[in-house]
Amino acid sequence: MAVMTVLDAINKTLFEQMEKDETVVTFGEDVGFEGGVFRVTKGLQQKFGKDRSFDTPLAESAIIGGAIGMAVNGLKPIPEIQFSGFVLPAFNQIVAHAARYRNRSRGVYTLPMVIRMPYGGGIRALEHHSESIEAMFASVPGLKVVIPSTPYDAKGLLTAAIQDPDPVIFMEPKRIYRAFKQEVPETEYKVPIGKAKVVQKGEDITVVAWGALVREVEKAMKLLENDNISVELIDLRTIQPYDKETIINSVQKTGRFLVVHEAVKSFGPGAEMISTVNEKAFLYLEAPPTRLTGHDVTVPLPKGEHHFMITPERIAREIKKVVNF
Amino acid sequence: MLSKKFDPLKGKILEVLNYKGEIVDEKLVPKLDDDKLIEMYKTMLLGRIADIKALQYQRQGRMLTYAPIKGQEAAQVGVVAALEQQDWMVPAFREMAGMLYRGASLKQLYLYWYGNEEGSRFEKDVRILPISVPIASQINHGAGVAYASKILDKKEVVVAYVGDGGTSHGEFHEGVNFAAVLDLPLIVIIQNNQWAISTPRETQTKAKTLAQKAVGYGIPGIQVDGNDPLAMYIATEEAKKRALKGEGPTIIEALTYRLGPHTTSDDPTIYRDQKEVDYWEERDPLKRFKIYLINKGLWSEEQEEKETKEVTDYVNKTFKEVEATGLIDLEETFKYTYAEMTPDLQEQLDDYKAYLKEVE
Ligand SMILES: Cc1ncc(C[n+]2csc(CCOP(=O)(O)OP(=O)(O)O)c2C)c(N)n1
Repeated sequence: MAVMTVLDAINKTLFEQMEKDETVVTFGEDVGFEGGVFRVTKGLQQKFGKDRSFDTPLAESAIIGGAIGMAVNGLKPIPEIQFSGFVLPAFNQIVAHAARYRNRSRGVYTLPMVIRMPYGGGIRALEHHSESIEAMFASVPGLKVVIPSTPYDAKGLLTAAIQDPDPVIFMEPKRIYRAFKQEVPETEYKVPIGKAKVVQKGEDITVVAWGALVREVEKAMKLLENDNISVELIDLRTIQPYDKETIINSVQKTGRFLVVHEAVKSFGPGAEMISTVNEKAFLYLEAPPTRLTGHDVTVPLPKGEHHFMITPERIAREIKKVVNF
Repeated sequence: MLSKKFDPLKGKILEVLNYKGEIVDEKLVPKLDDDKLIEMYKTMLLGRIADIKALQYQRQGRMLTYAPIKGQEAAQVGVVAALEQQDWMVPAFREMAGMLYRGASLKQLYLYWYGNEEGSRFEKDVRILPISVPIASQINHGAGVAYASKILDKKEVVVAYVGDGGTSHGEFHEGVNFAAVLDLPLIVIIQNNQWAISTPRETQTKAKTLAQKAVGYGIPGIQVDGNDPLAMYIATEEAKKRALKGEGPTIIEALTYRLGPHTTSDDPTIYRDQKEVDYWEERDPLKRFKIYLINKGLWSEEQEEKETKEVTDYVNKTFKEVEATGLIDLEETFKYTYAEMTPDLQEQLDDYKAYLKEVE
C-alpha cells in the first residue's frame, strides 16, 4: 500500500495501465511534456515516449474525434480535456459519434476510451472552469459517466473505466485533487462502474452525493453530531448508469431522501434520482424526496462564487428540514 | 501592398523599428503626430506597470488567476492605435494594454481578474466585447460583428485577437473562412507569443508561419514584428483600408513573446530555458519605442521616471478601489440570467435569501 492523493492515484493508474497494455495512449493539451496543467499525466511521456503520451494542438474536437479513430483502429485512447468547460467544442464528437459508434455499426466498432477531465467549483477560477456538467453527458445514451471521490476509488474506477469496452467520461473533482491522502494498493484492482458505495450506514435519511461533495456531506454530518440524526451517506461514484438498487434499498429503510449536487438544479441528476425514488419507493417515504443543488445561474466568478457553493452548513440544514418534515 | 512585399511564404517579416530603436525603412514610418506617439507609449507603460503589479498582487493573495501581457504591449497598442472610435475590438484574454488604449478603465480590467463580472461591462461606445476564455471562439463573433457592419453599411472594422495556440482550433478556421468568403471587414490579429501554456508553436502547426495560413483562405496574411508598435500600426492600417473598401479580411501575425508565465498558476521554467527569455528581453517592445521617442526628442529619462512614478501610484490606488469592492451581491449572480427573472429563479433566490437570514 502507498499513501496517495486523488491526483497521485490517477497518475499511478495511468502508469500501471500503460505498462500493462501497450495500446493505451494518453494525450491532450499540455499532457505530454509538462504532464498536464495539474500534472496528472506527469512522467508518462518520459517513461513511455512521445508516441504514447503526447501534446496535441489546441483543438478539442480533434482530440476527441481523433480518439474515436484510434479506438476504432486498435488503440485504447485516454484523451484529457484540460477543463470540463472546454469539452464543449468536442461535444459534437462525443455526443454525435463516441456515444453512437456501437449502435451505428451494430456492434462492429466499439470505442474503448476514457475521456478524462477535471471539473467542479470551489477553486476560485476563471469563467468556464467551475461548471459541473455531468448531467449533459449522463443524458446521452451510450456514454458512461464516472466520478470518484477518494484516492482509492479514483484508482479502482479509472482501472475499470480503461478496461471498459465503451466510452467512459471520467470526471475528476479538481477541488479534491490534492485535498487528502489515503492508503491505496499499488497493485491492480477495480471498483466496478455502476456500483455506489454506502459510506456510512444510518437510519433516518439517505443522502446521495458524489465527487467533492461527498466530503462536504461528511462535514455536515459532523455538524449534526448533537442532533440525534442518523444519516446514511451514499457516494454514487457512477452517474450513468447509476446504482438504483443501493439508493432504493436505503430509502426503503430510512424513508427520506436528499440528493446533493453542485450542478445547477433544473434538469440535473437530482431530478432524475428523485423521480426514481418516487417510482420505486413511494410508499416508504415519510418526506418529499429533496435536492440541494447549485442555483440555476451561470457559476459566478470568484467574488460571487460563495453564493453558489454547497456548504456543510447548508447540507446540515437541509438534512434537518427533510428529517423534521 | 505590404502583404505582397512582406510575403510570409518567402520568409519576409514587416519591421519598421528594429530592436535597437532604429528605423529600418524611413518610407514605412507612419505619419503619426507626436501626441499620439506619446499616448501609445504611455499606454504601453501603463500596461507594463499594471501587469507587473497584478502579478505581485496575485502573489500576495490579493488578486486571482491572472494572464500576464508583459512583452506583448506593442502587438496590442500598435493595432488599436490604428482604429477609429467606431471600430470594434474582439479580445481573447491577454489584451489588457490594447483594451486600455481603447478606453477600458484599469479599474474594470483589474476587477475582472479580481473575479468580478462587472469587469466585463464595457459600455457600448467603448466597442470592446467581453474577454472570451474558450479559445478561438471569439473569431466567429468577430466575423458576425463584421457581417453586421457590412450589411448595415456601417463604416467600421472589427479586430479579433487569437493566440498562436488558438490558430489550431476549429473555430479559428471556421471564423476566418466565414469572413473570407463573405468579404467581411475583419482583421484577425494572431498574437504569436510562441507558447500555448507549455506547448510551443511548432507543436501547433507544421506551417512555417501563422500568417501564411491566409493563403488557404484566399486572403492576405502578413507576419509582423509584434514588438514593433509602428509595424503593427501600418499593417493594421492597410488591413483596415482593405476592409473598408469591401475587400475582406486580413490575417496579421504579430511575432512576439510572452515574457511572463502563461497565468499565475503556471511555471514556465519547466518548459522553456532562460536563454530564450533573455533573447526576447532584449527585444522588449517598450525599450525600443522609448529609444525611438527619446531620439525624436519626444521623451526623456526624466519623463520616464516621473511617468513611472505617477502610473505606479495610479495603479496602486486603482487596485485599492478594486479591493474595496469585495464580494459581489447575491442578486448580481441571478440578475443577468434572463431579461426577466423566471418565477423558478426568483423562488431559488428567495429561498436562498431566507437561508442567509436564518444563519445570519
Ligand atoms: C477551448 C479551450 N481549450 C482549452 C483552454 C485552456 N487554455 C487556456 S489558455 C490556453 C493556451 C492558449 O494559447 P494561445 O492561444 O497561444 O494564447 P496565449 O495564452 O499564449 O496568449 C489553453 C489551452 C481554453 N481556454 N479554451
